[in-house]
Amino acid sequence: MNLESVLFYVFAAVSVAASIFVVSSKSPVISALSLIVNFASLAGVYLTLYAQFIAVVQVIVYAGAIMVLFLFVIMLIKPESDLGILHGHKPFKLLTITVGLIVLAQLIFIIVSGKPSTTLTGNSASVEIGTVEKIGWELMTNYLLPFEAIGFLLLAASIGAMVLAKKKFE
Amino acid sequence: MIPVEHYLFLSAFMFITGVIGVVTRRNAIVVFMSIELMLNSANLTFVAFSSYLGNITGQLVVFFVMAVAAAEAAVGLAIIIAIFRNKLTVNLDEINILKW
Repeated sequence: MNLESVLFYVFAAVSVAASIFVVSSKSPVISALSLIVNFASLAGVYLTLYAQFIAVVQVIVYAGAIMVLFLFVIMLIKPESDLGILHGHKPFKLLTITVGLIVLAQLIFIIVSGKPSTTLTGNSASVEIGTVEKIGWELMTNYLLPFEAIGFLLLAASIGAMVLAKKKFE
Repeated sequence: MIPVEHYLFLSAFMFITGVIGVVTRRNAIVVFMSIELMLNSANLTFVAFSSYLGNITGQLVVFFVMAVAAAEAAVGLAIIIAIFRNKLTVNLDEINILKW
């Protein structure tokens, strides 16, 4: 059991616990904070995959920007009267959870019954592809058009968000 | 070395948790957060396979997914605020203006 495996299992356990808290906690604020914990530990999981750039972007964009947006909106709107996971339609929700667990068992069965994985194809290859340099090079050459398109999309989304949040509907 | 299956187990678990959250929770914001959870589980699968196959495309897809998720969060939360202004609630059972 080397350090890498220990780190992976610790981060995985934290993200599993946090994702359960997101869904099951009654207060939206606690859900949002658990989601931040989940995203941060996912960044750690990305690091065990040698995806450095993605890990940093995960912390900055997800755990930083998006979750701040969520927390602002939670603070802006009235706190709901308590709506836990089993609030109302209880048989239906228990059925949902059962079906979800069955689907999870099926997914695990499929993953297990697949061809046994080989481990990393030599660490050096994986270490190389995760760097900022390599990803930036790809974005500026082979993926230039999608990169520009995503910039346009973000511009349109920010304008749309401002317009939607500013005025009242009729 | 950690086998790639373990990443897939984590990803499958997070995805199912997100699905259960979307179907059972009735607070629009929590539903939204569950959707983010599902997006992240897909991202984890992409990065795991990208790293294990030594192919950079998966990580680029994750980059684009993150940008789209940021746009989606901005617009979605703006819609939630607009609905809250109108109906004074974010309970999805009471928001039925598109039903007839």
